[in-house]
Amino acid sequence: MNSTSAPIVEARNLTVDFAAGRGMIRAVCGVDLSLKPGETLALLGESGSGKSVTLRALMRLHPKSAKIGGTIQVDGEDVLALSPSALRAYRGKTVSMIFQDPGLAFDPVYRIGDQIAETVMRHEGVSRAEGRKRGLELFERVRIPSPERRLDNFPHEMSGGMRQRAMIALALACRPKVLLADEPTTALDATVQIQVLLLLRELQREFGLAIVFVTHDIGVAVEIADRIAVMYAGRIVESGACRDVIRNPSHPYTRGLLASRAHGTLGKDERLHAIPGSPPDLSAPPPGCAFGPRCDNFIETCAADVPPEVTVTTGHMARCFRLGALAEQAEPLAAE
Amino acid sequence: MLLYALQRLVYVLPVAFGVSIVCFMLVHLAPGDPLTAIMPIDATAAQQAEMRAAYGFDKPLPVQYGLWLWKVFHGDLGNSIASGRPVVSEVGRAVGNSLILASLATLIGFGFGTFFGFVAGYFRGSLLDRLASLVSILGVSVPHYWLGMVMVIVFSALLGWLPSTGAGPGGSGAWRPDLEHLRYIILPAITMSAIPMGIISRTVRALVADILSQEFVQALRAKGMGEWDVFKHVVRNAAPTALAVMGLQLGYLLGGSILIETVFAWPGTGFLLNTAIFQRDLPLLQGTILVLALFFVGLNLIVDVLQTTLDPRIQRG
Repeated sequence: MNSTSAPIVEARNLTVDFAAGRGMIRAVCGVDLSLKPGETLALLGESGSGKSVTLRALMRLHPKSAKIGGTIQVDGEDVLALSPSALRAYRGKTVSMIFQDPGLAFDPVYRIGDQIAETVMRHEGVSRAEGRKRGLELFERVRIPSPERRLDNFPHEMSGGMRQRAMIALALACRPKVLLADEPTTALDATVQIQVLLLLRELQREFGLAIVFVTHDIGVAVEIADRIAVMYAGRIVESGACRDVIRNPSHPYTRGLLASRAHGTLGKDERLHAIPGSPPDLSAPPPGCAFGPRCDNFIETCAADVPPEVTVTTGHMARCFRLGALAEQAEPLAAE
Repeated sequence: MLLYALQRLVYVLPVAFGVSIVCFMLVHLAPGDPLTAIMPIDATAAQQAEMRAAYGFDKPLPVQYGLWLWKVFHGDLGNSIASGRPVVSEVGRAVGNSLILASLATLIGFGFGTFFGFVAGYFRGSLLDRLASLVSILGVSVPHYWLGMVMVIVFSALLGWLPSTGAGPGGSGAWRPDLEHLRYIILPAITMSAIPMGIISRTVRALVADILSQEFVQALRAKGMGEWDVFKHVVRNAAPTALAVMGLQLGYLLGGSILIETVFAWPGTGFLLNTAIFQRDLPLLQGTILVLALFFVGLNLIVDVLQTTLDPRIQRG
């Protein structure tokens, strides 16, 4: 493997367990991730599927009671072995994060400019004035109007879209190599969503960022991702290049997700397709394939064992025993 | 900022006016004539009328109020009926004593309250949290005059370490900052600090726990901030609310505690109020209440102004 294609993020068999009552709940069970510099991976799934937990594990942001298993390598560092001080140096410098709701992710009683300066000072040991200068550059870069004045704003004095731009500026303050985005557009208006996505794509090209983008919105994932990984009940059930997964969804869950989108115009009497049932309780997951109880193509084998990764085409895999049978069903989306 | 402070100051004026009316009327609402207490039982009606005229009690209430207010503006709160000394000097001395006691109690109560609150908030559910919570709940719920008596029994009567009553040796009427006087202030100060300590510790614990569960704390960690940096942010976020509670508590403390000052015979405003009530010493009672009430008003003003500087979300103007 040559240096240009060496992954910058590599997680193997990642597990995250949370203490709950007397036992443990496994929120993420055996996730593999691999991301090259400049690449965007969308983690797609409904709430509770473990996508945010996976994301936070990459930064070890979980409370101490949570146990992270497997291996995480980011930019050549073994993240799970980092000492507390090395971990602090890694967070915000090598990897930084954009949160879902920038209204909650900024400290409400500090000026935005100072919060950016604080980060730069922390990682580069520069003066406050120097840090604020960086803040100004970034505010200009993310196209916040009258940036000089906005640096002195408190979070509540900005609109949601502008706050998310400021959050992106903060995340990029120390030129990270990897950006983790936790549903960064979910809390925004639809028109602002597109602006933020376009900005992120533009900045990614400029900075050569690798982005892990968590979302439950397929439209957003298609807009920004090179690759998509669909998560269900703590596992990646299907992953591949964005185009492959969308054009040729192989796992029944992915098919269900795509079918539950409104395609073009929906007739007045047509009903939107919904996946029956609800996601499993992680404290008592069903045996075998977690999607089994909701799946139309369920056979007894599905409950016996967790399905292994099956290659659909090169770089496109799905965890399902019934891929062969499903593939024979002609054009599943058109048939719906 | 200055404009806001001035604006708040203007708002204070009607409050102060109301306070003065309440102070004035309060005493007149109480049953019984203030003069009967000091008049001999066999005084003739003519003598009683003469005394009333001398103290101005024969005039209509609004006139009495006007005269009283006029004198108050000139720093004259009248003379104590019981001792005959000017109320201003009596109240002044008592305020001084109460201030000293309150300052020490504040230092102890706020210091330990904040400390316990932070420890409990940071280590929620731990043994430390439960210990700190126990101490603060005891502080709030144990009657402080009872606590005072227990302190006297243990540290004065049984152990003989500290004196039980007074502000200084030989019934000293004023506290002075020397070692001998310091021994006298310890017990009342600790007793007095119990309630504010409990209240502040509970408040700070709830604040810290709430702030730590907010997403921005995780965001701070996500950008590589250490625990000390996070702590500074937590303090800054907790400060406005904690300060408001502290301001109120400081007001209560400065007002002096009738119960505690009586238990320890501490010559402060609470003790003075107690004396004035039992002796039906009207001018003294009025004067003391007025001074205390104005204290509260002034303190709230300071807290209001400080809060807006600490929490930008509170609108100015």
